[in-house]
Amino acid sequence: MRSINVDEIITCIKNMCIEANFKLASDVDVGIREAYDKESSSLGKRVLGQLLDNLDIAENEYIPICQDTGMVIVFVTIGQEVYIEGGSLEEAINEGIRRGYKEGYLRKSIVYDPLIRNNTKDNTPGIIHYQIVTGDQLQIIVAPKGFGSENMSRVYMLKPSDEVEGIKKVVLETVKLAGPNACPPIVVGVGIGGSFEKCALLAKKALTRNIGVGSDIPHIRKLEEDLLLAINDLGIGPGGLGGNTTALGVNIETYPTHIAGLPVAINIGCHVNRHVKRVI
Amino acid sequence: MDKYIKTPLTKEQLTNLNAGDYVYITGIIYSARDAAHKRLYEALMKGEELPFSLKDNIIYYMGPSPARIGQVIGSAGPTTASRMDKYTPRLLDLGLSGMIGKGTRSRELIESMVKNRAIYFAATGGAGALLSKCIKKSKVIAYEDLGTEAIHELYVENFPVIVAIDAQGNNLYEMNAQIS
Repeated sequence: MRSINVDEIITCIKNMCIEANFKLASDVDVGIREAYDKESSSLGKRVLGQLLDNLDIAENEYIPICQDTGMVIVFVTIGQEVYIEGGSLEEAINEGIRRGYKEGYLRKSIVYDPLIRNNTKDNTPGIIHYQIVTGDQLQIIVAPKGFGSENMSRVYMLKPSDEVEGIKKVVLETVKLAGPNACPPIVVGVGIGGSFEKCALLAKKALTRNIGVGSDIPHIRKLEEDLLLAINDLGIGPGGLGGNTTALGVNIETYPTHIAGLPVAINIGCHVNRHVKRVI
Repeated sequence: MDKYIKTPLTKEQLTNLNAGDYVYITGIIYSARDAAHKRLYEALMKGEELPFSLKDNIIYYMGPSPARIGQVIGSAGPTTASRMDKYTPRLLDLGLSGMIGKGTRSRELIESMVKNRAIYFAATGGAGALLSKCIKKSKVIAYEDLGTEAIHELYVENFPVIVAIDAQGNNLYEMNAQIS
């Protein structure tokens, strides 16, 4: 057994929340820079230029990259030989979020009751996904998610006979529907397989993988590449004002599914696709 | 084409602004997003007076991150405009002349814009740090309890936007969709 104190987890989460909101993950940063060089639309290039200036200002002047500093999604992978001491893991994660959003001057965007809509005023609770694995390490991914893009995400329960063409169709349909609302250039997370909720979780997890890395599964990797080309042919462009940079990347995660089903979830991430990973 | 305008935004100024123009705004504008729109709308339904005059004014769909000491405002980029579509025709009827946000608008809203001669500007979503630098003064003038969603009176200088839908109803987003 290896002991990890909750104080270490609180500090770690706090720092990750702050880092994610001021310094863009390097894969997305590089993606925007490369897109700027390749963008053919003059208005599109101007928007991408603004995004690059924005990243510099955010990092150098300590202003959040986007005012929507997100709902905090946390993926926790716990080795089964880890013992959490000093308190509850869930409370520690939320305390880390609370401190990060206060000390980082980040926006508190969470309402307690979805209908009454009273703000919790500390950006908690986060949404925490746990996975238990072998080993004695604790891996944490913090991914603050803005809702301009979250609102444009979709789940489709396709039929096995829809095959890969059916998947392409619904991904393109979702990206078109998202249009300018999701703050393009976007990152597209796709979950294929599993069940209704599993594919949505896969799509979210896909957004935390660095763009450009590609799936390990050859035919899935090809689907990622085909979809990226097709999405960038839509002409939505930076800010939705036209151009050939609509998506910076398409990441797909898969899982075994039922003989009767082909669930597909599309989680749209804006160009501020924040994700920070730490291993304790 | 680059253009420079000063608020208040009169109906006369609007005639020179066309979908696709890159516009720099200087003057007073007001922030309001989801919760503030609901309150404005409910106030109108009850016949109450609004906390600021809509006539010839611009509403910016924005809820900032908190300002640090010495800062005017935190990050301050646009939010998705279509969530305000339900409430906006009523505001346009009362003389609101401009809106700043991001993303598409409903058919009904565009019809109301044309009827009332109003304009919709897109600011770059996710560029909140950059846009905050153009905000020189900020104060909460209503609904302080809403926190980030309170109505702020903002003084902006050369605030960069693009005309997404002009007062004739020309829609830059649709023009692009047709090209692609």
